[in-house]
Amino acid sequence: MKYVDEFRDGARARALAALIHAQVQPARRYALMEFCGGHTHAISRYGVPGLLPDTIEYVHGPGCPVCVLPVGRIDQAIDLVREHGVILCTYADVMRVPASGRQSLMSLRADGGDARMVYSAADALRIAEENPTQQVVFFAIGFETTTPPTAVVIRRARERGIANFSVLCNHVLTPAAMRALLGDGAAAARIDGFIGPAHVSTVIGSAPYEFVPRDYAKPVVIAGFEPLDVMQATLLLLRQINAGEARVENEFTRAVSRDGNRIAQALVAEVFQMRPSFPWRGLGSVADSALAIRAAYGEFDAERRFDLVYREVADAKACECADILRGLKHPRHCKVFGSACTPEHPLGSCMVSSEGACAAYYSYGRWRERAAEATT
Amino acid sequence: MSKAARTHGKPLDFARGRVELSHGSGGKASAQLIEELFQSAFANAFLDAQDDGAQLPLPALAPGQRLVIATDSHVVAPLLFPGGDIGCLAVHGTLNDVAMNGAQPLWLASAFIIEEGLPLADLRRIVASMAAAARAAGVPIVTGDTKVVERGKGDGVFITTTGVGVTYAGSEISARRAAPGDRILVSGTLGDHGVAVMSKRQNMDFATGVVSDTAALHGLVDALLRAVPDVHVLRDPTRGGLASTLNEIAQTAGVGMRLQEQALPVREEVRAACEFLGLDPLYCANEGKLIAICPPDVADTALCALRAHPLGRDAAIVGHVVEDRHCFVSLHTVFGGERMIDWLAGEQLPRIC
Repeated sequence: MKYVDEFRDGARARALAALIHAQVQPARRYALMEFCGGHTHAISRYGVPGLLPDTIEYVHGPGCPVCVLPVGRIDQAIDLVREHGVILCTYADVMRVPASGRQSLMSLRADGGDARMVYSAADALRIAEENPTQQVVFFAIGFETTTPPTAVVIRRARERGIANFSVLCNHVLTPAAMRALLGDGAAAARIDGFIGPAHVSTVIGSAPYEFVPRDYAKPVVIAGFEPLDVMQATLLLLRQINAGEARVENEFTRAVSRDGNRIAQALVAEVFQMRPSFPWRGLGSVADSALAIRAAYGEFDAERRFDLVYREVADAKACECADILRGLKHPRHCKVFGSACTPEHPLGSCMVSSEGACAAYYSYGRWRERAAEATT
Repeated sequence: MSKAARTHGKPLDFARGRVELSHGSGGKASAQLIEELFQSAFANAFLDAQDDGAQLPLPALAPGQRLVIATDSHVVAPLLFPGGDIGCLAVHGTLNDVAMNGAQPLWLASAFIIEEGLPLADLRRIVASMAAAARAAGVPIVTGDTKVVERGKGDGVFITTTGVGVTYAGSEISARRAAPGDRILVSGTLGDHGVAVMSKRQNMDFATGVVSDTAALHGLVDALLRAVPDVHVLRDPTRGGLASTLNEIAQTAGVGMRLQEQALPVREEVRAACEFLGLDPLYCANEGKLIAICPPDVADTALCALRAHPLGRDAAIVGHVVEDRHCFVSLHTVFGGERMIDWLAGEQLPRIC
């Protein structure tokens, strides 16, 4: 595949690995947080750590949309189907997230509820047009990447006068999460630098990360989601760290500019406004970290239309997603990892999404550990 | 048809008619549907006998030869997809299950559960496709059953087929026989069926030239076992794809497996579609491919035998069996890394970001 295979080339990977090995200082360790689940997935899927020195550790960040979504929001979605009889549409990963009472949208379907998996927000709008007598709610989730498409369908719903369509908005913001993470002393102390988001940055640009080096003296390298991107970003981070520098660098220049996509930003600003605060799994309540639908588009806001109340729900007791999402723990340090919590029966949502640290590590990496066990 | 018209009055209206509950009630309407559609399409002496089952002449078995029976229910949406439909799929699926036991299939039985309201034209097309697939395979559909369920209680049509066959003398095929050192072969490109079907699903509908690989594999198995009777394992990687099937075999045999990504045959279009949707071709269904596991000294002979057959042209040796008490299947990536190929958890779902 042209324009893809070039970024997965084994020979280039070996060449980059040699440069990284040469850059590593023997006496120290490097903890690099990849903020995004997309990077977590690429690192695991291509086996990147196998090419690098042991002293480089990738710390998985909170950039997995379903992983940070609090259980109470899924409960709201379930209530919409149960109590209000709506057709609930959402992206695939959300379907299996465990909610209260051992439920999920998937299990709700088995009970006769109408929850549907869609590939785009536009599909949800089409379902509303095809079912004019039923309320259709799009459960919108994701960082800045998926926000503009949600804005587009809300505008389109207005233009077409589709009265049975609304959106339960769970869109969250990357820079706010990074600030919350760095504001936590333990997490900040552990991280030497960030691999910055790929797709998110195509929308918001590189400028919003500039507070990270300025206020926290940590370097950020924005990188694409291909394995060679990750390795290149690793090399650039190591160079900065070794030189005692901290700035935002952009490895993903083929898609990201400093200002980002202005058209998308304007669209988002027109339809959404900042929530004063929003609950995150792992990070707790974070100020100015999520979006709500503006009053001007209030008729399409499912929270208003159905008078939804948010109830906080505690995570499963044994689940250590919170520490994993802040980079304080590795999935293998969680007591229920691979035993009570598996992709088939997830306790916490980090085990659900392929972008989640636990699922990625479980599906692609756990053989490494077992193999090591077997030889020792 | 002329005989049917005489018996039942007005013939079925295949142009505009729909399946009604009475077509499954066992009365005259059922008889008419069976005669005018199934019996005329599947046409063979066993069906013409019109008994409740088929009385089959048991072949003389050589010592060590065994009878094989396999059954498979087919539910697929959409019913018609690029490269096939549920009808030929229902024939191929069960023929392949018989063939994967190292057996030559002899007879098929089929049971239909039809949803009230299915256009008779669709049903006829599906049945014609089944009949053509059975004829091409040289395996008659000798008995069957039809039920109709109320509208909303089925998904158009569900088809269960059962196949009976006889094993090749001198072959002993079982997942338990996968042994360390054995080579793992696949008969062609992976993921074609899964991507073809997905491309026509509601909500997806993307343009791709990929067509389903649905095919009967007993001819290919025949070619393979004649060349290499000591094949240890045969499997068709249907639902869950190559990844899930290899995990099943590894678990059953108590072994591990190591694959080379470089060697895996995947069509460019399939790779592109999977890339775009965030799917993995190794977990996508195949309906006309087999996995063969055999001792290393006969692997090349097996490969040549597969490649000499039209359904095995893209065959490849993709890995080998190793000792591993954890029964892990792992992949050496083109990138140079190593990763696990795990069981598929739930359904394969696209990612969000």
